[in-house]
Amino acid sequence: MYSKKVMQYFLHPKNVGEIKNASGVGEVGNIICGDVMRLYIKVKDDVIKDIKFKTLGCAAAIATSSIITEIAKNKKIEDALKISKEEIIKSLGGLPPIKVHCSLLAIDALKEAIYDYLKKSKRKIPEDLKKNHERIEKEKKIIKKRYEKINLKIKN
Amino acid sequence: MRRIYLDYAATTPISKEVLEAMKPFFYKKFGNASSIHKFGREAKEALENSREFIKKKSSAKEHELIFTSGGTESNNFAIKGIAFANRKKGKHIITTKIEHDCVLNACKWLENNGFEVSYLSVDKEGFVNLEELEKTIRKDTILVSIIHGNNEIGTIQNLKEIGKICMKKGIYFHTDACQSFMKEKIDFDYVDLVSVNAHKIYGPKGVGGLFIRKGVKIDPLLHGGGHEFSLRSGTENVAGIVGFAKAVEIMKEKDIENMRKTRDLLIRGALKIENTRLNGPKGEKRLCNNANISFIGIEGEAIVLRLDEKGIAVSTGSACSSRSLEPSHVLLALGLRPEEIHSAIRFSTGKETKKEEIEYVVKTLEEVVGELRNISLLK
Repeated sequence: MYSKKVMQYFLHPKNVGEIKNASGVGEVGNIICGDVMRLYIKVKDDVIKDIKFKTLGCAAAIATSSIITEIAKNKKIEDALKISKEEIIKSLGGLPPIKVHCSLLAIDALKEAIYDYLKKSKRKIPEDLKKNHERIEKEKKIIKKRYEKINLKIKN
Repeated sequence: MRRIYLDYAATTPISKEVLEAMKPFFYKKFGNASSIHKFGREAKEALENSREFIKKKSSAKEHELIFTSGGTESNNFAIKGIAFANRKKGKHIITTKIEHDCVLNACKWLENNGFEVSYLSVDKEGFVNLEELEKTIRKDTILVSIIHGNNEIGTIQNLKEIGKICMKKGIYFHTDACQSFMKEKIDFDYVDLVSVNAHKIYGPKGVGGLFIRKGVKIDPLLHGGGHEFSLRSGTENVAGIVGFAKAVEIMKEKDIENMRKTRDLLIRGALKIENTRLNGPKGEKRLCNNANISFIGIEGEAIVLRLDEKGIAVSTGSACSSRSLEPSHVLLALGLRPEEIHSAIRFSTGKETKKEEIEYVVKTLEEVVGELRNISLLK
């Protein structure tokens, strides 16, 4: 099911951890769906100097969040924002179609971390990054509501 | 690398004796059991001997046994067969939220074809509420189908009490006993239809059966040359059926004891890990070889694959591991929290499972869970 590279990044993920006093933190996903990713970035002179992640999720979730930290490290913020799902999938040697959404989740986590950094440092936030953040917030609310209806008890 | 299989609820290997019993029927006694020459007659004899043997071993006195291609066919046959044969009497069927997919999907199909289905809830351990069952029965109810031993969480329903209720109201009662057959006692006196299969008890895949109480009105699923008393046409899989009978013959009490002992050892060891939970019943009303445990804070597919990398085979009900990305409907029905559902692992032991294998698995579990919790978000 999974490529050799996905298994490699799943079994031996790089950049696991947290950053104290991070420049920005982004968290996406929801335990209700089963995947949660949190990315920490340390930014200096607009370059991502350090990046770490924590993920609760399947093999693809762990592999995509690990590899995106590798791809984004030492990139300028504006270049990190351009990382695409195609780049992640290619770097991993392919992802099963049913797991492609994990790559999108990893990208969202990185974008949220960058959004958080720009907001904290009172910098200008690109319009599409703002819209992305709003979409993520909206989705979080919808998921919560949907599962509240199906009687799942949500722990905050 | 050593390999430890703990997914016997998914399937079992064929025992040596079963394979030996089957072999002649592939190439020596290969005749079509319907042929009137000697090749046919010897196949027919083996077929009928197998049938009578399995019936005798099951203590099913008033039931005929119809051979099928397995549990899925038996369940489809029972549910659709009863529905169509009795549709003039009524169109309501009762089942539960924790049935195997084949039962649920057969019911969904019937709902799209003029029938109405009620799905009973279960309590936190997976038990059906008898009062709720009685209340759900209507004048036009024609079938109740409730799984005997649940394949995910091991809950063993009380067939006798459910059967009594159905008998009182004159409604047919079917049970899916694929996981429990030959492992737990089945009260045939109280059930009209019982689905069974071979590949959960060290027999071959592709063969199973449906016990049908004599006199039950049922339509065939497979029409054709009139095999199996005109209830299930198709050239009989004599080799498979002979293997099925042999598997039934060799299942011993000590095998069941071993499944239970090693399963209990596993539960004790795994629950020592912090933030874990046993899903399903704690006591006797649990399939002898089933354990379902949640490891809070991490995800099921990740646990399965990391154990797999260490040679250990188990399964999970996590959404990420399913074809549809939906979490296990059985765990949902228990009312578990999302973090319990997504981290649930099913372990199922076998007749040959060894104590030291369990000890290795528990040790490896501690490592794997620890590593994945390191990668995961802190709660």
